[in-house]
Order: sequence, then structure tokens, then C-alpha cells
Amino acid sequence: MKRRTFFKTTLPVVLPALVNGFSLRAWAHSPLLQPTARAQGEDRVLVLIQLSGGNDGLNTVIPLEYYPAYQKARPNIAIPEDRILQLEGYDGTGLNPAMPELQQLFGAGKLAILQGVSYPQPNFSHFRATDIWLTGADAGQILPTGWAGRYLNDTYPCWPQDYPNPSMPDPLAIQIGGIVSPALQGPALTMGMAISNPNSFYNLLNDRPAGVSDSRAGEQLAFIREMAVKTDQYAGVIRKAAQKVTRQSDLYPAAGKNPLADQLKIVARLVAGGLKTRFYLVSMGGFDTHARQVETADTTTGTHAKLLARLSEAVHAFQDDLQFLKVDDRVVGMTFSEFGRRIQSNASGGTDHGAAAPVFVFGSPVQGGIIGTNPVWPDKLTVNDNIAMQHDFRTVYSSLLEKWFLTDASEVGSVLLKDYPVLPLIRG
Amino acid sequence: MSIPVLSGLRRYKGKWEQAQAAHLLRRTMFGAKPEDVAYFSGRSLKKTIRELIDKDYPIPSPPINAYNDDKYTDGEIAAGADWTVSAKYDGMNNYRRKNSFKSWWFGLMVNQDRSIREKMVLFWHNHFVTETNTVDNALFCYRYNVLLRQHALGNFKELVRAMTVEPAMLRYLNGYANTKKAPDENYGRELQELFTVGKGPDSHYTETDVKAAARVLTGYTLNYKTYTASFDPKRHDEGDKQFSAFYGNKVIKGMKGAEATAEVDQLIDMIFAREEVSRFICRKLYRFFVYHEIDETTEKNIIVPLAELFRKKDYAIQPVLEALLSSRHFFDLANYGAMIKSPVDLAVGCCREFSVELPGATEYPDQYGFWEQLRNYVAGLQQNIGDPPNVAGWQAYYQEPEYDKLWISSDTLPRRNQFTDRMINYGWARNGKKIGIDVVAFAQRLPHPEDPDLLIADAVAALYSIQLPAEELQLIKTSILLSGLTGMASDHYWTNAWTNLRQKPDDKANLSQVTNKLKALFRHLMDKPEYQLM
Repeated sequence: MKRRTFFKTTLPVVLPALVNGFSLRAWAHSPLLQPTARAQGEDRVLVLIQLSGGNDGLNTVIPLEYYPAYQKARPNIAIPEDRILQLEGYDGTGLNPAMPELQQLFGAGKLAILQGVSYPQPNFSHFRATDIWLTGADAGQILPTGWAGRYLNDTYPCWPQDYPNPSMPDPLAIQIGGIVSPALQGPALTMGMAISNPNSFYNLLNDRPAGVSDSRAGEQLAFIREMAVKTDQYAGVIRKAAQKVTRQSDLYPAAGKNPLADQLKIVARLVAGGLKTRFYLVSMGGFDTHARQVETADTTTGTHAKLLARLSEAVHAFQDDLQFLKVDDRVVGMTFSEFGRRIQSNASGGTDHGAAAPVFVFGSPVQGGIIGTNPVWPDKLTVNDNIAMQHDFRTVYSSLLEKWFLTDASEVGSVLLKDYPVLPLIRG
Repeated sequence: MSIPVLSGLRRYKGKWEQAQAAHLLRRTMFGAKPEDVAYFSGRSLKKTIRELIDKDYPIPSPPINAYNDDKYTDGEIAAGADWTVSAKYDGMNNYRRKNSFKSWWFGLMVNQDRSIREKMVLFWHNHFVTETNTVDNALFCYRYNVLLRQHALGNFKELVRAMTVEPAMLRYLNGYANTKKAPDENYGRELQELFTVGKGPDSHYTETDVKAAARVLTGYTLNYKTYTASFDPKRHDEGDKQFSAFYGNKVIKGMKGAEATAEVDQLIDMIFAREEVSRFICRKLYRFFVYHEIDETTEKNIIVPLAELFRKKDYAIQPVLEALLSSRHFFDLANYGAMIKSPVDLAVGCCREFSVELPGATEYPDQYGFWEQLRNYVAGLQQNIGDPPNVAGWQAYYQEPEYDKLWISSDTLPRRNQFTDRMINYGWARNGKKIGIDVVAFAQRLPHPEDPDLLIADAVAALYSIQLPAEELQLIKTSILLSGLTGMASDHYWTNAWTNLRQKPDDKANLSQVTNKLKALFRHLMDKPEYQLM
């Protein structure tokens, strides 16, 4: 009676952002959906890179084809035409010069760019728009469950009672940079494992408790933290996986220089270490560039350029690492942001909340290229004009679930609550 | 081992603000409710302590029949009526009344007023242990609890005297079966080992003393018609009782007839003549209210002078509590957050901190029902009130060297987190009623919920005894309230959402945003190890 197996086996895994808003009740009462034919896809991994704040898509993927209109809409922040990075095979479209590594990845056929990703009646609130992306909801719909959470719930029935088990000994999903304290916390009914920040995760990997003072309270805290780590049954498998990987790509910057790269480095290590975890969520913030997103003297520098440079560097090092570790055929990554920004720049040298923006999908299994066209807009622009939607963001999810996770079309429809077209994002 | 804490018993004269008041309330009540913190931090420390330890309180109205169900109806006591007037106990009603008693007690903790009383009742219960399951009579257990209440802040020596012949205790430690012909040493031993002189380094009572005390205590019986104890001189050992050198070779002269109960008074006088009694109780109070470890410095600076005061005041409890709780030592920064919350501190404290609304007296079946649900959860956290594991009480209060660390295990730590998570996510339900934490209401009671920095800082101050590093507060803000947005400019997104909530309460999408973020915030704060400390 004291040590109920239920609690022991279901402890401490939480995935706050992926299942953001996911009703715990829903997990608890999950109807037993039929187990899926997932034998083929079950070692495949999807890495979600969240760019928080609303990335300025128009200064990320630039419509060279319409350069004069682009320059006219945002004279104070436009990237000079001759500095825009060319994309092989696509003369009309270029990349921000801060991203030479992504240009290279594109050239190698391992980067797909989807133009104009959004949803009908886009929302301009960070919070609401983020929830829409994470839950896969319509603009006017409040969903209690996350899209990846629904997929995992369908694919791994009887979570959490029956986990871990021999066929799925690892966390279903891992969030790095999450908000819940290391590994242990949370109710029994969550789907993944959150690592509150890379530092505490390093501590977990290194088997060393977080810094603690020698005060009375500090000593008590150290004890509870240690118990937390020991109690987390997944801590062991994660540490073991991490310890299997002793060398990684040299392309990663030094720790602390590029937080996204630090997070992706952990992901590569865990994937190569053999975890069967399906989703990883990493994130970087700071994209809410209302003012001074570029340096006036040189619009290829400044806040936005720094952010894009980090993204580019991190993704490139990650891809290189996956290849070095020989797991690149198991991993696909995608970037997303809650919205893009306005077509016109504002007077503060920044951009305000907008709508559609490009999404990057990368990896060795990816069918490289651009899907969609450069955005077009009327000659007479107002400050309220937004980039039009070409692809519903849920078509990205449906394409990845069906073509990458090899999920039945009918099940994809039930996860996404509607049927969406499937785009050729994956080779073969 | 930690660094010695040098501060002593002199009166604390430092800052008296929210943090100090909250520290005092966490230790003397269950959880520090923001309203109580505000109330007391507006008064002086002296007035605060006086109010907390005020003896002038009523004994609460007794437990009632909230236990009729589809399988059972109490034929004697009407639904909603006081069952403690009953003199008939059988298997069916006794089982339900025992539960009723325990839930009633749990309710008194949840609904405590601004007093140390409930904490002291728990302290004395853990000291003079009886187990409801062993005593096995609901009325005995209820009356034992009332006795603890009557003496909670009174005189320790009088409490020992009364407890010695309290029916629940006579039953629990076999005093009722202790006769001249068949002496039972159980109470005679625990009286010394656990209740008075203890097992400290200066306690040297012997097996002879145990036997002699048992003989003094012979003759008490229980009457199961009136549920009272009485003294039967025929069962009393009238011979002289010789004690050891530890008690100065004292002889208690054997007495006859009804007056022989005076032997018990002599026994207690003899025991209380040992200074070790005062030190033993002061150490126990210190461990319950301040910190588990008593090093040489603490023994010298706190225990010895506190025990001296205890003796000087003829074992009155109030002065000792007042001295300890208003001392520099108690308010030494080293002692903030130095204790691990007991399960009752965690669960009852959580309900109180968040003003979780439970059904009132008019809805007594649900009121008792919820008390029982919570009480059972707390029992799963290894603190079953009314039923400690054995006569020594809960291990966390006495077991060296772990003490309160024993509350935390690979089993209980996740359950503790599940408790607070559940309180926030969906609470407990019963008959279509629900109890749980209203995060928006809690945020509204904080001074500046619209400012994300202040909201987090105030929430941390309300819930933790220790501070969080600035980087961590920042991380919480950006990863929870602002979901990855960074920089000063982003704060207004939270402010807007909050303001919108106040101005347009019908905006469902916004309400759901704000609620989810606050839920995530409070889950996080309460899942962190810091919340386990007090």
C-alpha cells in the first residue's frame, strides 16, 4: 500500500510547452484509440525549434524577385540587394546574409522552405498565437490538448500507466529549456520530460546536483533535489544515453555562446545515445523586434541579424553533428514562430506583429527546395497590411506525421481534428 | 554539517515585515496566508506573539454525523447532530465516528484562526501519542483530542497528570489493565522515556524506576457505560515504591483507598524535580518549531536557558513559546526555510495559502467528505493524523540524523508534487462540487499582478521562505508568463493580458491564456524543492 506501483512507474515526466494547455483530464480518460501501424516510423525523431516573439519572415527569406517593392515597404530595414544570399536554383528568393550556413544547407538539398505559413484570421497576440501553433487550433477555437500530445496519446495508449516498458523505455518527448523543474515534477498524467534549463540538465548529465550553499536551508534543498533526481526513473536512461556519446561535432560554438546550439547539442547527444524519444522541443526567444531590429548604418547587422545568425549556426552545427554521429537519417527538424511581422517596417526601425511567415524544415531525409511563391502585396500598402497565407501551419504537421512518422492518413486527421493536404517535405 | 548559528534567546528587535511575519506564521500555523501576514506585519512582534499564543479560546463544537450513507444510517444520532453525546458504540457506528473525528480535526486545522493552537495540538498529539485504530473508540479519541486542546498552551505538568488517567491513554498504553496482581509497565515506561525525562544524555532512570512507576499507577479502570476512567483501590498496589538514585532514591509510600491516587501526584512531582524534563521538552519544541539539529551551541544558547525558564514558570507552556518564538535565534536568517514541511504543513498550508474554499457547515456531508479526501491524501504522504506509526510519534520528529528529511522519499516527493499539481489543475470533486486553487483569485490578491516581475516576486515571497536568484526569477518570467519573449519591452504583453482580464472578463480566450499561464507559474513554483521548505 505504501509504494504503489502506479506512482512509481508514472512519476515525473512533464512536457509543458508541447502539451501546453493539454488537459490532464483528457490524458487520464484517453479513449483507447487503436494502436497504429507504427513499426516503420518509431525510431524517427522530430525536433521542433520554437522562435518566440514572432520572427520577421520577410527579412529572413527575402523576395529578390520583387526587390523594389520590398525596399519600398521597409526602407529603413531592408537588406541591400547585393548582400542577400542566393538560393541555388531559385533566383527570385534569397536569405538574410546572417545565415550563410542555411544557404549551404539549402544548396545541399537538406533544407525546405515553406512560404506564407499561417492560418485563417490570424491572431496578433503572442500568447494566443503561440497556443494556436502549439495546440493546432483554429483562430477561434480553444483546444485543451497539444497537437504533438494528441499524436503521442494516440500512438502510445495507456500512458502513463504502462510506461516505461520494453518497447518504449524512454521519455516520449523531451523539452529542453522547459519551465518545470528537473525531471521529477508534475502530475502522473503528462507526456514528456522537461528539463528546466540547460544548466540543470548539464548537472543531471554530469550526475552532480545543482549548486547549493552550506546553509541550513541549502542543505535541506540539496537533499530534496538529490531525491528528485534519484526518483526520476528516466534520469537513468537519459544519463546512460548521454554517456554513450563522447565526441560531437566541432562546429558547435563554446557553451553559453549560442543557447540554441547548446540545446540542439543535447538533442543530438540523446538521439545518438539511443533514446527512442519522438519529439524534442527547443526554443530561442527575442524575435519580438518592434524597434531597432537592424543597425541603421548597416541593415545586415543588429538584433535580428544576431538572432538569425544564431539560428543558422545552431542548425548547421546540429546537422553536421547528426551526420558525424550517423543518426542524420533519423532526424528531421522544423522551425516555427507564432507569427511573422508586418510588411511595412515602422518608424522605430522595427516591425510590428504580423501574420504569415516562412517555416524551415531541415534534415537529411528532407526534400530540399522552396514550396510556395514569394509573397505579393498591393502597390498601395498600409501599416496594417499582412503577408497572405499560402499554407495552413497544420499542413506542415500533417505532412510530417504522414510522411515522416508514417502515420495513417485517418489517424493524422484525428490528431489534427481535420484533414489537411500533404506536402512533399520528405524525400522518397 | 552546517555552520553553528550563534544567536541566542534575546528578544529579536530587527525588521518586522512580511518576510518575518510569514516565517513566524509558517512555523506556528499551517502555511502563511497572505491576509494573516498582512494583519500581523501591521502589528508589533510582541503583539503578534501574544495573539498567537493566547490561551483564551473556546473548545470547538464537536464532530457530527455526516456519515450516513446508502449502506448505513445511524439510528441514534440524527444526520448533522453531535454524536459525542452517544454512549453506544458498535462496529458500524464506531468505524464511521472514528473517521468523523479525524476529519473534524483535519477541518479544524484547515479552518484555524490566528492562533498557534492547532500546531500545538499536533505537537502534543505527536508527544502523547495515541492511535485511533488501537484505542478503537471514537468517543475516547475525541475526548483525548479535547484534552490536548484544553492544555495545549497551559501547564505541561498538569497535562501530564491529566493524560496519565485519560481513558484513551489508559487504553492505548494498557493502564486500564495495570493491577496489583498483574502490573503492566507500559505507561510507567513511556511516561519517563517518551513523555517526561526522555532519553537524553542526562536521563538515567532505571528498569527499577519503570517497575516502581507502574506499581504507583495500578488501579485505574475504564467504564464502558459512561466511557470514563475510575480508580479502583482494590486493584491498587498498596506497597511502598522504591526509586533509583536518579530520583534521589525516593520512596513513594503505599497508600490505601481512594486517596491512593495521591501517589500519582507524588510520582509526577518526583519526575518533574529532574531538570532533564524541562530540557527534553524544550529540545522537542525546538525541533518542532525551529530546526532538527541541536548542536552544542544551540544546547548551550537556547535549550539550557529555555529549560531554566520552563522550570522557573512551573512548566507553563506559554512563556517558553513566547521566549523561543520572539528570539533572535528564531528570526536568525539561518533558520528561514530550514525545515522540511510535514505533510500536514504542506497540504493544509496549501489550502490556507490559496484560500481554497471548502463547503461550509450547512453542507456538512460534503464538508466532511472533502476533509476526508484531503486527510487521506495526507495519510498517503505518511502523516495519518490520529494514527501515528507508533507510541514514539512520527519518525521525522525524532529519528536521528535524518529527522524531517524522512518526510521526503522517492514515493512521497512525487506525491507531494502531484498534490499541488492536482490542486491547481482540477482539484478534488464530490457530488458535483469541486475544491481547488483559483490561481486568478490568488494573483488578484497580490499587490501588483499586472507587473510580471512583481507578480513573480510577490508570489515567491508568499510561497517560499527563501529567495530565488534573480536569474531564476527572470527565467520563470520569460519561459512562463512571457513564453520566451525577452527584454523589458515584452512585459507589457503580460500587463495587457492581465488588464484585459479585469476590463473584459467575458473574453474567454484571454481568460484561458491568463489562467493557463498562472497555472503553469504556480505549478512550477510549488513543484520546486523550495516549496517543500518552511
